[in-house]
Amino acid sequence: MLLVLVGVSILTFLLLFLTPGDPAETILRQQMGGRTPSLEAIEQFRQNEGLNRPIPIQYVDWVTDVLQGNLRESYYQETPVSTLIINRIPATLELAVAGMAVALTIAIPTGIISAVHKGKAPDYLSQFAALVGVSMPNFWLGYILIIVFSLQLGLFPVAGVGGLESLVLPAITLGSGMAAIVTRLVRSSMLEVLDEEYIDTARSKGLRERIVIYKHALRNALIPVVTIVGLQFGYLLNGAVIVEIVFQRPGLGALLIDAIFARDYPVVQGLVLVIAVIFVLTNFAVDLTYRYIDPRISFGGESA
Amino acid sequence: MSETLLEVEDLHTRFATREGTVHAVEGVSFTVDKGEIVGVVGESGSGKSVTARSLIRLEDPGYIERGSVRFDDIEMTDADDRTIRRVRGDGMAMVFQDPMETLNPVFSIGEQIVESIKVHESPEEQRLLDYLNVPLFSSRGKRSQMRQQAIDLMSEVGIPHPETRVSAYPHEFSGGMRQRAMLAIALAREPDLLIADEPTTALDVTIQAEILQRIRDLNEELGMAVLMITHDLGVVAELCDKVVVMYGGQVMEEGPVEEVLTNPKHPYTESLLGCMPQTCDRGEPLNVIEGRVPSMVGGPTGCPFASRCWCSSESCTTGDLPTEQVGEDHTSRCHHVEELSEPMEADQ
Repeated sequence: MLLVLVGVSILTFLLLFLTPGDPAETILRQQMGGRTPSLEAIEQFRQNEGLNRPIPIQYVDWVTDVLQGNLRESYYQETPVSTLIINRIPATLELAVAGMAVALTIAIPTGIISAVHKGKAPDYLSQFAALVGVSMPNFWLGYILIIVFSLQLGLFPVAGVGGLESLVLPAITLGSGMAAIVTRLVRSSMLEVLDEEYIDTARSKGLRERIVIYKHALRNALIPVVTIVGLQFGYLLNGAVIVEIVFQRPGLGALLIDAIFARDYPVVQGLVLVIAVIFVLTNFAVDLTYRYIDPRISFGGESA
Repeated sequence: MSETLLEVEDLHTRFATREGTVHAVEGVSFTVDKGEIVGVVGESGSGKSVTARSLIRLEDPGYIERGSVRFDDIEMTDADDRTIRRVRGDGMAMVFQDPMETLNPVFSIGEQIVESIKVHESPEEQRLLDYLNVPLFSSRGKRSQMRQQAIDLMSEVGIPHPETRVSAYPHEFSGGMRQRAMLAIALAREPDLLIADEPTTALDVTIQAEILQRIRDLNEELGMAVLMITHDLGVVAELCDKVVVMYGGQVMEEGPVEEVLTNPKHPYTESLLGCMPQTCDRGEPLNVIEGRVPSMVGGPTGCPFASRCWCSSESCTTGDLPTEQVGEDHTSRCHHVEELSEPMEADQ
């Protein structure tokens, strides 16, 4: 877990320096209202921010600061990066969780119905819908939803944050792609489980088909689904970046894009690190949930 | 006069596959009386398991083409789901072959037994939320009472320390213990007929003997009839009152165990008996039946055993099999009953 974080931090650090564009020049140009800054000014800025030192040293400096809880300050604003991130996190987390909720509420029932009616109309319909869902780009769906539901029907606000109604469209936009993936996963996992002998045992007890499916089959079918959903949470944060821009939501995604374009290194580095931490923590949470779903997995060495 | 509990008549179960229709069960008929232990023997692929599964309508993905399964005056072949569930819930209970695969890995043994008790108590009223043990929808008092019943059942089938084992999961059980747990699940429904599909094949011999003894005890104590599916003539000799010998989806011979095993009236039964290692002298190669089980794709033509039989003739390869009465309650379906050998020596 720690190794992943160290790796991520090194990679983003290096990648940033490979991208074209000099932060000192970009930033000073903006501060001076578009005029080209003098060489002395650029040199001065680099000196101040430590940008003229060797990259490994810069990295070690940064990590030392991070370990002390200091994510540095943005080049532009006099605010610490940590404050920027903390201000933006709620909007993104809200969106990601809502997107996930949308995805799961659509995917799990659809996947089950699809598997139970394998090869019949409901199955084909949901498979087709899943294909459409996977193929549709997030931003495009977002704009379509805005046009239909906000502009024409006036049901939801076009953009911004606040209340539940401003969350609906972004959540659907974000959740649809994931819903499609999870639907197919639930379907195939369910089909596999329905072939197991213990399903026949459950039927032979005289249980209703509904109980056989929603109790005996579903619990087993969800084991692989939980893994993928956990991993997909990263993908969801990814998608949130685009969705936040489409719906102009002030979240981490919007912050990240702005920071990248402005070569605001401390903000980019801090953000990537925070996203990596969220990702790692989600995976850890997934590992923990396993235990409740699948009793065969145990931590520590009590019984095999 | 004993009462008939289960009557199977001319049962045909088929599977539609890409290679053609597989005639897994081709006109099987037999009866099981109340309290009787009936054995069904045959090689792998002779249609024993499919027959057993058809009885409780678990033949899927196959289908019952025609024939009848009457259990306690209920015609199972055209019963609705509700009736089928009721019969499964307190009439016929099945124990399957491989206990490693037949218990749900994510529920505790106790929970799986409790479910069975619940179905038995109220087969009509099965609410999902109750079975999912959602608080408010399932009564706690009832639950702990059923848990106690589950513990009693576990000790009845010989699981040691049932009070602690009741919350264990299948992966914490050995094969023999799992099969006992399966037996407990079946017994929870107080069935009139226990269908045991090779219940001891996957277990080692000492455990096998214990489980068989358990089944015999239950038969004697509860008067529960047993349909024992097996490929082991030793099990049949030990346990059963009556035996049905199957081959190629058809019944070859049927009769009281002692008579069939000591005085077989069908060449196939004779060959099977000849294959038992006990019949062979030490150092001699074991006997085998030459040839292989015929493909069940497409309908049968004549006797399925004809290609491997020493006394087959022209008449064996075409037409239906005759049913010859060779003794009281003893029938053989062979064209050459008269030519068969005199009674063999009884083997121990």
